[in-house]
Order: sequence, then C-alpha cells, then structure tokens
Amino acid sequence: MSIEPSHEHPVHKDYEGSKLGMWLFLFTEILLFGGLFLLYSVYRARYPLDFHTGGQHLNTFIGVANTVILLTSSLTVAMAITAMQKGNRKLTMLCLGTTIVFALMFLVNKYIEWMGEIRRGIYPNGPALLRLPNGEKIFYGLYYSMTGLHGLHVMAGIVALSITLDFVRRKKITNTDFTKLENVGLYWHLVDVIWIFLLPLLYLAA
Amino acid sequence: MTNLAQSDPIEYRSFLDMEGRKGILSWILSTDHKRIGILYLAVMLTLFFVAMTIGVLMRIEQLTLNPPLFAPQTYNAFFTVHGVIMIFMFVLPGAAAVFGNFFLPIMIGARDVSFPRLNLLSWYFFITGALVVILSLFTGKGAPDTGWTFYVPFSLRSGTNVPLGVFGVFLLGFSSILTGINFITTVHRLRAPGMTWHRMPLFVWANYATAWVQVLATPVIGVTLLLVIAERLFGIGVFDPAKGGDPLLYQHLFWIYSHPAVYIMILPAMGVITEIIPTFAHRTIFGYKAIAYSSIGIAALGSLVWGHHMFTSGMADTANVVFSLFTFLVAVPSAIKVFNWTATLHKGSIELRPPMLFALTFVFLFLIGGLTGLIQGALNVNVHLHDTYWIVGHFHYVMFGGTGMGFFAALLYWFPKMFGKMYNEKVATIAWFPIFVGFNMLYGSMLYLGYMGMPRRYYTHLPQFHAGHVIASIGGFILAAGLVLLFANLVVALFKGKKAGPNPWGGVTLEWQTPSPPPFENFAEIPKIADRPYIFNPEVSR
Amino acid sequence: MEHSEEHGHITPYRTLVSVWLLLLLLTAILVFVSTAYQDILAVPAMLTITPLKAGLVFFYFMHLKHEKPFLKSLVVVVLVLLIVFIGLTFTDTANR
Repeated sequence: MSIEPSHEHPVHKDYEGSKLGMWLFLFTEILLFGGLFLLYSVYRARYPLDFHTGGQHLNTFIGVANTVILLTSSLTVAMAITAMQKGNRKLTMLCLGTTIVFALMFLVNKYIEWMGEIRRGIYPNGPALLRLPNGEKIFYGLYYSMTGLHGLHVMAGIVALSITLDFVRRKKITNTDFTKLENVGLYWHLVDVIWIFLLPLLYLAA
Repeated sequence: MTNLAQSDPIEYRSFLDMEGRKGILSWILSTDHKRIGILYLAVMLTLFFVAMTIGVLMRIEQLTLNPPLFAPQTYNAFFTVHGVIMIFMFVLPGAAAVFGNFFLPIMIGARDVSFPRLNLLSWYFFITGALVVILSLFTGKGAPDTGWTFYVPFSLRSGTNVPLGVFGVFLLGFSSILTGINFITTVHRLRAPGMTWHRMPLFVWANYATAWVQVLATPVIGVTLLLVIAERLFGIGVFDPAKGGDPLLYQHLFWIYSHPAVYIMILPAMGVITEIIPTFAHRTIFGYKAIAYSSIGIAALGSLVWGHHMFTSGMADTANVVFSLFTFLVAVPSAIKVFNWTATLHKGSIELRPPMLFALTFVFLFLIGGLTGLIQGALNVNVHLHDTYWIVGHFHYVMFGGTGMGFFAALLYWFPKMFGKMYNEKVATIAWFPIFVGFNMLYGSMLYLGYMGMPRRYYTHLPQFHAGHVIASIGGFILAAGLVLLFANLVVALFKGKKAGPNPWGGVTLEWQTPSPPPFENFAEIPKIADRPYIFNPEVSR
Repeated sequence: MEHSEEHGHITPYRTLVSVWLLLLLLTAILVFVSTAYQDILAVPAMLTITPLKAGLVFFYFMHLKHEKPFLKSLVVVVLVLLIVFIGLTFTDTANR
C-alpha cells in the first residue's frame, strides 16, 4: 500500500481492520454487561424464590413483544446490508428506517413498562419495593440496571443508525464501501443478543 | 534492510515541525501517533509530579506526629488522590500510551496506527477524565477520601465528591479501551511485508498482550463504577446489605479489573526492558519466543488471581485457596522473563549507560516486588500483612520500581529519537544514585514497618513505628530530589541538548533506521523485513 | 479501491428471513415452556434455547459463519472468560 507523504495522515481504508476493531468494541460491550450478568448469577443463586416472585410480577407480554420487535429489527438491519451490497440504495434506506422505527417502538414499550412499575411504587427506594423482601429488592435493582443500561444502548443505536441512514442517503456509503453500515449492523445485533439473554433471565425463568 | 536514515535532506521533515497548522492547535488536533504519544507524555509527567508532591506531603505528615501537620480528613483525601492520579493517570497509560503510541507503528514498519482519529479520541478521553477527577477535588464536599479503591459501603456513604471522581475514572477507562482496540488491530493489520509475528520486536508483543487486557478487563470496572454512581443516586441496592446486597461483590467486580490492570501497567514496561537489555549487552535476546508467549501467559493467568486482594475480606475458604494457587502460578511467566533477561546479559558486552542502568534497576526492584508478592500470596501470612505498610511497600516496588523505572528507562532510551536531542548522560547517571538510594529507604522501610504491624491509610502512627517512618520520609525526599534532577536534565536537553543522530545506542530495531526525530510519515518507503530482530553480530548466528 | 473483492459474501434475503422465523419459533417455544412447565423445564429451556438464539444471530446476522476462524475463536474466548469470571466468583459466594 503506497501512500504519499503529507501533513495529514491519509485515512487509509482497511475493511478487515475496521471490522476487527468493531468486533473488539463488541467484546468490551459483552464484558460491560457481563459484570451485571455476574451479579445476576450470584444473587439468583442466593435468592431463588424472591427472583421467581419478582419475575412473575413483570409484564411478560411487553417483554416478549419487545423481543419480537428487536429480533425483527435485527432482520431489517441485516437486510439493509444485503441491499447495499446489491447496490439497492432505496431498499437499504427503507430497511434502515424500519430498523429505527422498531427501535423506537422498543423504547416506547420500555417506557410504558417502567411507568407501570413505577406507578405501583416498585422502583429503587420506592415505597412498595421497600416493603418487599430483600431478594426482590435486589431483583428489581438488577432489572432496572440491566434494562436501563440496555435501553441506553438502544438509544445510542438509534443515533448511530440515523447517522448511517443519512450517510447512505448522501452516498457516503456505497456498494463498494459499506463498512460503516456493516459495523452499525454488528452493534445493533449485539444489542439484540443482550436482550435475548435478558428476556429469560428477567421475565421467564426467574 | 535499507538504511532509511539517509532520507533526502530536502524532503525530510521532522514530525516536530509546526508546518501547516500553527502552534498548539497543530498538536491537539493531530492524529499523528508520534504527536499523540508526546501529548500523553506531557500531561502524564505533569500529573506525576502533582501526585508525587502529594506523596511528599504524606511523608511530611508521618514526620509531624504531635500535632500532625494535616487533619485526618485531609490525609484521607491525600492518599486517595495520590492513588487515583498515579494509577489511573500515570502508571496505567504508562509506557503504552507514550512509547507504545510513538514506537509500535514504527517498529512494525507502519505509518501510523489502524485508527488515528480514534487514537486522538483516546487522548481526549484521557484529559477529560483527568480534568473531571481534578474537578472533583474542588467541587461539592471536596476530594474523595475512600482510597483509590472506592470500597463500598464507605464510597456509598462518604459525603465527599465520590460520584464525580468515579465518573472521571470511568472516562479514563474509555481511553484505555480505545488504545487497546487500536493496538490489537494495528498489530494484526499493519505489519510491514516480511514482518511475521515472530519477527516483531518484543516491545510490540508486550503492548499487544497489554491491549487484550485493556479491552477485556476495563469494561468490568466501567460497569462497577456506574453501579456505584447508580447506587448513590438511585439506591439500586446491589451492594447494600440493608437491601440484601453483598459488599464483597463490589470487591470482586473491582478487582476483576484492577488485578489485570497491574499487568496493563507492567507488561509494556517489561517490553521496554526487553528492548534495552539486548541493545546495551550487544547480544541477541535469549529466548525470544519464551518472552513473547510469557506476555500472553501473564495476561491470561493474571485474569484469574483477583481474589488475592480479598483474602481477609470474608471470602469462603475455597475461594481463598483457589486464588492463592493461581497467584503462585502467575509468578512463573514473570520469572521466565527475568531468567531470559539475565541469560541475555551473560557473556554480553555490557555498556552501563543511563537506559541500561535504569533497565537493570527495574529488574532488581521488580524482583523484590514480585517476591514480596509471592509472600503475601500465602494465605496464612496474608492475614498479618494485609492492609499494612508491607502491601504499600510491595506495590510501590512493582509499580514504581517496576513500571516507573521502566518508564524512565524508556524515556532515557528513546528521548534522542523522539526529540532529536541528546541529554547529559553523566547527570542522568548521577541522578540515579539518589533515586535508587531514596527509593529503597522509602519502600524498604515500608516493608519492615508493615511486617511489624503498621496499618496503611492511617494519618498517624504509634511511637514504635516512628523511626521507620523517619527513614522512609528522608528516603522519600532524597528520591524526589533525584527525580527532579533526572527530569530537569531532560527538560534542559529539550531546549539546549546536542543534536542526536539516528542511532546513538546502536539499536537494531526499525526505529533506529529512521532519522531523529522521525519524519511525519515514519518511512519514505515501507521497509521489507528479511530477518528476525535483535541481530547484533550477523556472523555469529544463535 | 482495493477492497471491493474483500467484501465477498452476501447473505441472501431468504437466509435472513429463515433465520428470523427460526428465532421467532424458538422464542415461542421458550415462552411456552417457561410458562406452562415453569418448575421443571424453565431453566433447562433457557440454558439450551437462549444460547442457540444468540448463536443464530452471531452466525447469520452478524456474519460470523463466514468470518475467519481467528475471529470465531475470539468470540469463544470472550464468552469463556466471562464464564470463568462468574465461576471463580462462585468459589466464594457459593461457599458462604
């Protein structure tokens, strides 16, 4: 690879390197949530009954609905990449836009779900929660931390997807240079994978 | 290998030239890995001297017993801030952020790292994190007083500015993670033609292993610190016994990062030593593969030992035994390195110039630090030594005697290359004496004081410990004086030093093939590598 | 640009939709088993179906199936590391 000496360092395009960098970042995300999974594991082993009770009181319907939403959003973002590889810019933008809509739906659901619990007094230091046994306090503490951190990542994902959508619109992402789109897709899929684990841990098998 | 130092003098432009953009903007907006390395150096050395001053104040406190010069609360803030700055802003970024950034690309024949803009972002996270921590000293109810370890429950209850301080550390973590991502990708993707993995300099291997720890361990402390903030703001309860939480889980999460963190600190410094010793012994390194793979081994095994910080915390006996066992095991790859360095010296033609002097000092002091670590790794002994000055002595031997000396050795080794100026070697050698003597007076005394029962993080002490503290404090002042002399010499050289040639020490890695300082693009032509590194006598093949 | 050949494999829409349907099916099974047979099957179902779902997303949506073996092994290493962290912590918490 020959590069002319210049003041600025030419931003050389290394597709494999860019992908490796993105995967490395995803590893940091796995370890970030990993800390919370560690806490969940320990506390679940310690308070099996309270975790069961806590899980029963969560809104399983919204939990499953959100799972379907995220799985489908993963489909649409993957389709966006295939569309871009085939040079179909309009389909790419449609798929990306749909992904963003699903992501927003997820957040709306989460808001409704959280509001439901908060109105019942079930939130950290909330009156109803303080009257529950300690195991349930921990369960809800983890519930809010894990879904909260996940929600923040969904929000960041929406921003990233929107910027990517704009890049596609402005032809800064093309069928020969779509690394940014692929990397955003990778990020979004990991957000989905984390939720795939949160669903049973919090709503189903708890 | 082409002699790249013979660049066309008209074309050659040192990376230090301010052509193009003016002054400070051309530095803080630069994505050039060499400038970023120097940006880190400037900020890190400034913070080092701030934290060193706090250390001196702590030594003065222990001298002034009745009455002590500073209030107990002030002393608590002192050791917290001293630790936070030294660990998160000096030793952790350490040789990797400065010399890894500057030399890793050059050593593999690349023009820059894989993600130059991300590299600059790393530095911005670094200074922002540092500024937030400093801000925490002067806002709210003042500097955190929890110790740099921020243990719960005190960090949840302390009225001081823990959230801001902890958030600053969180931001500093991003700096580390992004650098790790950059270095891993760079080593995988940007090696020059012919530079196979087993032809890379060992400093590159060291930074590569370090980068993996940065990427995989740092996020754990990230989420842990966020939980401390969430606990303080919202009362989540995961660490609060009143809500069914377990404070020990904080310690587990904290040390799952913070133990591997000490390998982030030491591995690059070990890499520096591995570069310096062959150069000044004029012999090829003994056991290239052993050193390369022991770096990986230290990173891997070092992820399994964190519980040895918690032997007296109330962990189950099973855990104590498991962690003690792994702690003994992790000494093996470190010892392998020491054996290999020693074997490299054997029958070498040794030149005791300043970089070598400090490199050998590293080996000696790190040895003491490592051996004291083994001693505390024994469960029964740990009961008596934990939270005493022995521990303080131990970690200063490894972090300061190890990483610190390694950092100074690196600076003395690569200063002429980075700045194109030579410093006064005699002054550097003279400065070594107060540094070495003062260091051992200070931290050797601590080993003894701790062994005799002196607790750590106490603003005062019982009369029987006073003699030890006096020796330590005097040692500390001597050490500080030596450090000032060492750095004053370098600062003078920066402005008035003699021009340095491309290879003042006779090194054989790629950076010595470039002019001093290197040009912007490092190489006019990417070199082709035909051989393994560290070949000093081509006739004598080993 | 020299990297257009590198982009290589394109995942067909049909594959993506099939994987999506499989994911929905697995989710349905998981939910059904967890609610209907809560006590006996919930945990085993979670331990088998959930990694399977995650694996499908990694392999097909994230294209891991067509990536270099090195990257595949890295994913395994990271997951093993996390399990090791949790496991070692349990040597303490499970024995107190």
